[in-house]
Amino acid sequence: MVKKRPSLASRRESVIQRIPILKIRNYLIIPIQIDLDDLSAAQLQKDILQKIDKTGAQGVIIDVSVVEMIDSYLGRILGETARMAALMDAKVVLCGMQPAVAITLVELGLSLEGVHSALNLEGAITMMENILGE
Amino acid sequence: MHEERYINSEIIPILEERDVVICRQACREWARRIGFNLVDQTRITTAASELARNIHEYAGAGEVIIQEVEDETRRGIKITFQDQGPGLDDVEEAMKEGYTSHKGMGMGLPGSKKLMDEFYIQSEPEKGTSVTIYKWLPI
Ligand SMILES: Nc1ncnc2c1ncn2[C@@H]1O[C@H](COP(=O)(O)OP(=O)(O)OP(=O)(O)O)[C@@H](O)[C@H]1O
Ligand SMILES: [Mg+2]
Repeated sequence: MVKKRPSLASRRESVIQRIPILKIRNYLIIPIQIDLDDLSAAQLQKDILQKIDKTGAQGVIIDVSVVEMIDSYLGRILGETARMAALMDAKVVLCGMQPAVAITLVELGLSLEGVHSALNLEGAITMMENILGE
Repeated sequence: MHEERYINSEIIPILEERDVVICRQACREWARRIGFNLVDQTRITTAASELARNIHEYAGAGEVIIQEVEDETRRGIKITFQDQGPGLDDVEEAMKEGYTSHKGMGMGLPGSKKLMDEFYIQSEPEKGTSVTIYKWLPI
C-alpha cells in the first residue's frame, strides 16, 4: 500500500505561527505548545528579544515540556536566544525537557551550554527567582 | 545488502518549509505504529527533521519515502530522502561533524547517522542526493 499525501503547499500557504509570551513580575514565560517549523522558531526568537527590550525583563523561562523533538535548528535557536538574551542582561531557563528529547539531543551532538535548565515550570520559577535574587 | 520486504509505505513531498514538519510528524506516527519506544521515536523524528530540512534548504524540493520494512530476522522503519538538487561534491567531507557549506552547524548528516542503525548516502553533482536511513526494532 502506498499512500501519497498532497503537499501542504497546495492546501495553504506557509503561515508563521506565533507563540504567546507571558510576563510575570520581571521575567517572561514562554510555553512552546506546537511543533515549530523553522520560520516560526526564528520568529519566536525575534519576539522574545523584542519583548525583553520592551519590558526590561531580566529573565526568560521557556517551557518545552510538550516539545517532542529538538533538532539542530531548534537547538541552535534556543542556544542563540540564550546568548543574545544574556547580552541584554536577561537569563534564560529551559524547563520540562522530556528525557527522550534530552537523550536525542546529546546523541545528535548538540549541547545547550549556557542555558540553565529545570525539571518543570515550578522548578524554573524557583530557579529564576533565586537567580534574580528575590 | 539484506533481502527486504516492504509492508507499508508512504510518500511525502517536500516542497516548502512546512513540509519538513509534516514529514517529521508522519515519521513519528509511523515509528509509533511500528512499535518503537519513545526514545527511538524521537531519534527517528529528529533524523527525519534534519534530512527533510536538507532537501528543503539545499535542493528546494524532493520527496521522502517512509516504509515499514522487514527482512529474515527483523522488522523496522526505512526512510529515504531523495532530491534532484545540486548534489554534493564531496560526500565524505559533508559527513564530517561541523562541515557546512552555508551557515548551519554541520550537524544534520553526521547527527542523523548517529541516531539511526544504518545510514546510506548517494550523491552526484548536478544530479541529486539520496539518503536512506534504517532503524530496527530490538529483537
Ligand atoms: N540534499 C542535499 N543536497 C545538496 N547538498 C546537501 C544536501 N544535504 C546536505 N548537503 C550539504 O552537506 C552539508 C552538510 O549538511 P548537514 O546537514 O550535515 O549540515 P548543515 O545543513 O550545513 O547544518 P545543520 O544541519 O547543522 O543546520 C550542507 O552544508 C550542504 O552543503
Ligand atoms: Mg542540515
